[in-house]
Amino acid sequence: MADRTDVRLPIEVGEELLDLINGFIVALRGAGLPVSLTENIDAIEAIKHIPIEDRATFKYALASTLVKHYGHWNAFETVFEVYFSLRGPQYAIGEESDHGNVDPSEDELRRGADGLSGSGGENLTPQELAEMLYLALLRGDRSMMRGVARHSVKRYAGMEPGRPVGGTYYLYRTLRNLDLDGVLERLLDQEQDTSGDPSDDLALRLQRDEYRSRIDHLQKEIEAEIRRRLVADRGVEAMARTLRKPLPEDVDFMHASREEMAGLRRAISPLTRKLAARLQRKRRHGRRGPLDFRRTVRASLSYGGVPVEPKFRHPRPHKPEIMVIADISGSVAAFARFTLHLVYAISGQFSKVRSFVFIDGLDEVTPLFEGVEDINEAVHRVNTEADVVWVDGHSDYGHAFGVFWEQYGSDIGPRTSIMILGDARNNYHAPESWTVKAMHDKAKAVYWLNPEPCSYWDTGDSIVGEYSPYCDGTFEVRNLRQLESFVEHLA
Amino acid sequence: MSSRFFDVASVQDELRAVDYLCDESIAGVVYLADRLDKPVLIEGPAGTGKTQLGKSVAEITGARLIRLQCYEGLDEAKALYEWNYKKQLLRIQAEQGGEHEWDDVSDDIFSDEFLLTRPLLEAIRADEPVVLLIDEVDRVEVETEALLLEVLSDYQVSIPELGTIEAKQVPLVFLTSNNTRELSEALKRRCLYLHVDYPDVEREKRIVLTKVPDITENLADQIARVVRSIRRIELKKAPSVSETLDWARTLVLLGVERIDEQTAAETLNILLKYQSDITKTLRDLGSADGVSV
Repeated sequence: MADRTDVRLPIEVGEELLDLINGFIVALRGAGLPVSLTENIDAIEAIKHIPIEDRATFKYALASTLVKHYGHWNAFETVFEVYFSLRGPQYAIGEESDHGNVDPSEDELRRGADGLSGSGGENLTPQELAEMLYLALLRGDRSMMRGVARHSVKRYAGMEPGRPVGGTYYLYRTLRNLDLDGVLERLLDQEQDTSGDPSDDLALRLQRDEYRSRIDHLQKEIEAEIRRRLVADRGVEAMARTLRKPLPEDVDFMHASREEMAGLRRAISPLTRKLAARLQRKRRHGRRGPLDFRRTVRASLSYGGVPVEPKFRHPRPHKPEIMVIADISGSVAAFARFTLHLVYAISGQFSKVRSFVFIDGLDEVTPLFEGVEDINEAVHRVNTEADVVWVDGHSDYGHAFGVFWEQYGSDIGPRTSIMILGDARNNYHAPESWTVKAMHDKAKAVYWLNPEPCSYWDTGDSIVGEYSPYCDGTFEVRNLRQLESFVEHLA
Repeated sequence: MSSRFFDVASVQDELRAVDYLCDESIAGVVYLADRLDKPVLIEGPAGTGKTQLGKSVAEITGARLIRLQCYEGLDEAKALYEWNYKKQLLRIQAEQGGEHEWDDVSDDIFSDEFLLTRPLLEAIRADEPVVLLIDEVDRVEVETEALLLEVLSDYQVSIPELGTIEAKQVPLVFLTSNNTRELSEALKRRCLYLHVDYPDVEREKRIVLTKVPDITENLADQIARVVRSIRRIELKKAPSVSETLDWARTLVLLGVERIDEQTAAETLNILLKYQSDITKTLRDLGSADGVSV
């Protein structure tokens, strides 16, 4: 409790600060974050109460009021770093000559790296810089790492004002010159020499992880330094635009980079949990069955025969059955990999999921997902073991569906939901759309998820239009947001 | 409205005094929640001390902790208030053949006496300082979330028969969520958002040192590092802080002074709850090279 009387009073927010915050919020909205007016007001209210010169607190105050979704944190951080990179004395970029007072100076670095033959002056030789990098990582000295990061960016990135290249280019140049893998090896050798116990794998492993996390930290410092310099060169607004990355939910499945793919993978499992919850809720919805007369009369006895508490029968929940049919041909390769992850995640949530993959032939892959704990292994097995090529390995939806109907059609029941995943690019084969109609007649619902933008449908060899009349819904699913809205639609 | 905390650092210190080690962001948000009179929505993986934060804050502020555990099917009657209709019925029956007019009776049975308060209303009506902890709010349906909105934004509850009950004191409210579903925008907008992640090595080590008596600094350090390495592996369920603590206690009981591969392999089942995760981790830790970053 507040036993102290000198409680900090809210400060007044000046015009200038207000403009600054509003500009920042505009930049956030530009990056796609949904910031509402009330949140804007909250943020301004919040910064009245904190010491504004404390950058970390300032950042958390803004984050907790403006960012309400963990997936948006990265975007927020980028915008924050760009927008506020040049504010506050310790973040100003010194001129080339006066980096003595605010930067962790070279002197400081030298002091840290004592035992080196300092050559005086401000030009470190590459060897000295490498040695300092090594020492900084060995000791895990953060301020020294920052110093090293600044100097190596200055030296290696070759940044010139007005040069129209992205930050990643400079990052690449800097990292290439630092040779971090080599440094890691050297650190580990050193470790082995000093501990003198090369047999203990676990210790070695732990040490490696420790160094790796330090190197990660260094890399972040380097990125921050590059960003700072770019902002100084180009101005805040321009930088905020160029650094804009799509939010995780807007990443296109078809063109996702490797890191983005990893992010998507992590996002899938909560989504399938949600899907499961949705379907389950649907099962339990209308929890009350018909009136249970016997129990109602029984319960009424305690109120003198007045039926105060009507009792209802419990409805019998049914288990949803799902059949997933996925195109894994080359044209949707990136989507297919994602699809397989999705299928894997779905089969973990529901007991009755059967999965099928096809190109021009079709094969059931349910057993490949069963009991396999590692998704990558499962995907690998699907790609190698499933018998999906019939003639030439070009998608043939008509034939694949024909096979499906012939072999598995009898397993479709009135409670089966069928999900078809594919772009319906049929290489001008016969569509055989009656197969989908037949499925539709027998199943509870047929949904088609298409990874192509709506505007490409029915162009070229795409024949979604042939099938969609028989589907309960045809959805463009190019990113998580759309996948989510599909899941919402189900409920 | 008096403030409960002096500044961010004091929140951190006070929480440390009750054995809750938090970083600056957690302390900062708690501080702001107090100053802005806003609820805090805490999200993050299971077992990172989300619920404990609510409890610890109650402890340092000397407030009563009122806890509402959410579950699917939670409704108004369990969260807000309920009319004690059995008692109402008795009242009506007692009145049979009596002298009172029906209007009097009906006024009477919808009075305070027949109202059963549930956690939310109780937190609002309390005279003493209160910390309201709404646990696992992601478990309730979207529709039920709406029940919370009035309490969270205005600290009041409207009961049609009685009118609006306003809070006598503004409670500190913590909502926790394991993020099994996306909470509604309306709810999020009313809260400060705090994401609690696994602690870094240094903090985890200090947590182990604080919570496990008789542990050596060396062992705690090693435990924290092993756990960090395990969390880097892609697992079904990464070890939580509470599992780390269980592991630490076990190792102390076994008299282990230094973890080697053998000990790790034998006690890993405390840290990980899935057989597949255990095999995967053993395979991974066994190779000095480890996962590619």
